[in-house]
Amino acid sequence: MGGLRRLLARCFDAVERPIDRLVGPSLNPFAHLGALGFFHFWIVAVSGIYLFIFFDTGIERAYESVEYLTLAHWYHAGVMRSLHRYASDLMVVFALTHLLREFARDRYRGTRWFSWFTGMPVLWLLFISGITGYWLVWDALAQYVAIISSELLDRLGIFGEPIARNFVSTGTLTSRFFTLLVFLHVAVPLFLLFLMWVHILRISRPKVNPPRALAGTSLGALLVVSLFRPALSQGPANLARLPADIGLDWFYLPLYPLADAVSHDAVWGILVVATVVIGAMPWLPPLRRAPAAVVDLAHCNGCARCAEDCPYEAIRLVPRTDGLPFPTEAKVNPSLCVSCGICVGSCPSSTPFRRTEELHTGIDLPELSLRSLRERAHAISAGLEGPTRIMVLGCERGAAGARKSTDTLMVPCVGMIPPPLIDYILSRDLADAVLLAGCAESDCYHRLGIDWTRQRIARERDPYLRSRVPRDRLRTLWASRFERGRLEAALDAARREIPPLGQKGGAP
Amino acid sequence: MTLVARTLALFLLVLALTAGVAALSDWPRARLLPEGAAALTVTFTHSGARVAECRRLTQAEMARLPPNMRRPDACPRGRVALWLELDLDGAPLLRESLPPTGLSGDGPSQIYRRIALPAREHVIAVRLRDSRRSEGFDHTAEHRVALSPGQNLVVDFRASTGFIIR
Repeated sequence: MGGLRRLLARCFDAVERPIDRLVGPSLNPFAHLGALGFFHFWIVAVSGIYLFIFFDTGIERAYESVEYLTLAHWYHAGVMRSLHRYASDLMVVFALTHLLREFARDRYRGTRWFSWFTGMPVLWLLFISGITGYWLVWDALAQYVAIISSELLDRLGIFGEPIARNFVSTGTLTSRFFTLLVFLHVAVPLFLLFLMWVHILRISRPKVNPPRALAGTSLGALLVVSLFRPALSQGPANLARLPADIGLDWFYLPLYPLADAVSHDAVWGILVVATVVIGAMPWLPPLRRAPAAVVDLAHCNGCARCAEDCPYEAIRLVPRTDGLPFPTEAKVNPSLCVSCGICVGSCPSSTPFRRTEELHTGIDLPELSLRSLRERAHAISAGLEGPTRIMVLGCERGAAGARKSTDTLMVPCVGMIPPPLIDYILSRDLADAVLLAGCAESDCYHRLGIDWTRQRIARERDPYLRSRVPRDRLRTLWASRFERGRLEAALDAARREIPPLGQKGGAP
Repeated sequence: MTLVARTLALFLLVLALTAGVAALSDWPRARLLPEGAAALTVTFTHSGARVAECRRLTQAEMARLPPNMRRPDACPRGRVALWLELDLDGAPLLRESLPPTGLSGDGPSQIYRRIALPAREHVIAVRLRDSRRSEGFDHTAEHRVALSPGQNLVVDFRASTGFIIR
């Protein structure tokens, strides 16, 4: 499983990094797959409501009404039909790519199991929504979909009479069946939307809207394609004949030819096995979790910064329990905590300058405490060589994690680095310069680590990096684990451009 | 790159993706039937005879029943399995036992088979046994039909009219 993940991660990286450079990381569609899924859902919903105004649900009139809106009113209703069709297809593309990408990035195990697991019914409902939509047009493709779908459903053995019998001759199909389909095509997407909401319930600050530029270009591209290549019907359904040659929508119906060519049981087998295996993947094997962050109440004043910054909603503020004169205290939910350390970076108490015997902070990681970070910084400093000594503070998921060098202080996420630690390293002469190396900019493993780090350095988010820290001695690099070359290049550039500070620092 | 150039590049990127998706939304084409073939669909639901004859209850048996449940006949729920045979141009194409549905075996038997055939003239002979007898048939039909490519010939059955081939 690990090998497959790495292979896929390398493939995604090979595609995403050039797009980062072309359009900028903030507009890279790969960084907004979930949000694009939501955006296209709204396009499908609005265009669907518009089409329903023109659609006739009667069996005899359904095809005619679709043809009327497609041909006679091509400039509005026809475009809406194309938007409805292509946006639905794009939803499948975004959903499946999102699934593969989260798998490749190992972002489906541990506390992320919930979003992964609830993604499965989202996929099922997405496909059911699309398939019921194809029936409504009642053209040759609809007939094909109706025949294969009903044959598949009949294999379940839950219907008193084979529903495929409805599609063997004209007299067997009634408008009531179409009314049921319309109901399904409205009800299933509504339930899909509900499950999409459940899917992101456990995510802090979920991105459900893509950046405006990306949304605008997506809508513009859809309009252009809808005008130049409109979605068309494939001739009316004729139950006296079977649709022999069909233009198939391979996004929604890829298994339908298999049902006919191999067997309906094979299709059900694939669907059941895929659902069970994908659904169980968060536990195949389960993620080994480092111990959750721990709050030290003696150093916590309930300022809420950790709860604000946690990407997993693992920290809540609760009424004070230790009698100190603060209204609240931070409380960690260990089942949601992934030990990314972002809370440590956000805590104003996380300052290595403290002269206490045992360095404490308000919230800390048991396996990678602030004290151990300070000790490691001193140990790394002792081994730094060259005229300009550069200490890398690196995310284990990015290029620094792949490089594994002795000049690197490794953390689970760059967001774990408290700004005072950078100040400490430079002011105590532990290094001449600091290079913060996180994940690729559009692909932060813990989602918010890069954002928070940037804002802290820019003094836009608490805790600020102090003004006295010389910014020309601080470099940042956002590079994936497959971009070690960029990290080496950044180090070489820093060595050339940054002059030495002076002598190495002493013990803490 | 300037913001305009980046936006233009993004638009072209998304346009290429959307155009690719639009192309794959109806291509490559698929076939439900082989080139030049027709289809024979055999489908019906029909209940076989009861597994045993109904019998009249004796006065003593009637007396043991609650007054509102006294009926003169006692009938077993179960139905016999149907036996269906279909020959195409004199050669056997289907030989199938169709068991009754339902947990108690009291529901109608059903069949739905879709079979591709060469599109030409065929003789279709179909026979059904729905009684308790072990040999012979209760319903038969034979039909000569010229099938055109893509045509869907349906073999249906209704208790009131027998086989319907259309």
